[in-house]
Amino acid sequence: MQSAPTLTADSLAPPDGLRGVVADWSSDQRAFKNVPWGKAMMWIFLLSDNFIFTCFLLSYMTVRMSTTLTWPNPSEVFALEIGGEPIPLILIAIMTFILISSSGTMAMAVKFGYERNRRVSAILMLVTAAFGASFVGMQAFEWTKLIVEEGVRPWGNPMGAAQFGSTFFMITGFHGTHVSIGVIFLIAIARKVWRGDFDRARPGFFTSRKGNYEAVEIMGLYWHFVDLVWVFIFAVFYLW
Amino acid sequence: MAQAHEEGQQHPIGIYLKIWALLFVLSTASYLVDYFHLQGYLRWSLILLFMIMKAGLIVAVFMHMMWERLALMFAILVPPVLVLIFVALMTLEADYTVFTRFLYFGAGP
Repeated sequence: MQSAPTLTADSLAPPDGLRGVVADWSSDQRAFKNVPWGKAMMWIFLLSDNFIFTCFLLSYMTVRMSTTLTWPNPSEVFALEIGGEPIPLILIAIMTFILISSSGTMAMAVKFGYERNRRVSAILMLVTAAFGASFVGMQAFEWTKLIVEEGVRPWGNPMGAAQFGSTFFMITGFHGTHVSIGVIFLIAIARKVWRGDFDRARPGFFTSRKGNYEAVEIMGLYWHFVDLVWVFIFAVFYLW
Repeated sequence: MAQAHEEGQQHPIGIYLKIWALLFVLSTASYLVDYFHLQGYLRWSLILLFMIMKAGLIVAVFMHMMWERLALMFAILVPPVLVLIFVALMTLEADYTVFTRFLYFGAGP
């Protein structure tokens, strides 16, 4: 007598590699195995956000390539005088290091969150938020200097192509907004972790859903994306 | 390994610290490209190289993409690569625009 084939844990383990891609995508219910829905949604949001920044950077590329006027030299425009010597791009370099450091602390906050080390996780998230806030502060300083001292406007500037101002304010403004929103959400999630909401399955204030420590990782994804966008802005706008 | 309620991504802290240090090194390197006034193709290729390396490290390790299943990797990473076609199109468009500007409005000031 033959027994009907039963599904064992072994046969349920999803295959790896390209075969796994096909199996995951053709399976019912969920294509992203082992990934909580919130995380998959954050990834998809980040993908769409990435397209927005791509459009901004591409329009910047297009206007910079097609203008017949000289493009202001970012190395000189963003130089700061320290001790009587102009140091090129120094503020931007510091902002870059700050944002990278905030990514490092965020990555560790995710790790400690999953370890249920609430205090360390929340403190690391608050440190991340502090880094982010100081980044926005420096950006405000940079904008003020550019507008007041250098006379850069979205419609023109004394140094060359008018598109410099419009693309600069558009791109860095949109990025700065992302950082600011990230700081607000970091503080909110840090508060939840600190209070132990995810251990006691306390309903959230907005959706009344019981959260868990995946929220920290999802927050981390957003924050790393903000850092990622800055990597691209730093390279193609400030250094080019 | 694939349990429904497996705790999310857990990795030793050392890897984060190492990637952090590496990102610092790469950022310093890209800053030095500007500091030493490298110009032309050397400058552009170095900037792009450091940019891609930094972006790769952030996505792969900090965002845990290297530990995810291939289905998610493909879904998220392939579309941005296709954007390169858009880049090529806009490069052509910009070249053509600047060409007509020089042709009809004379050389710039």
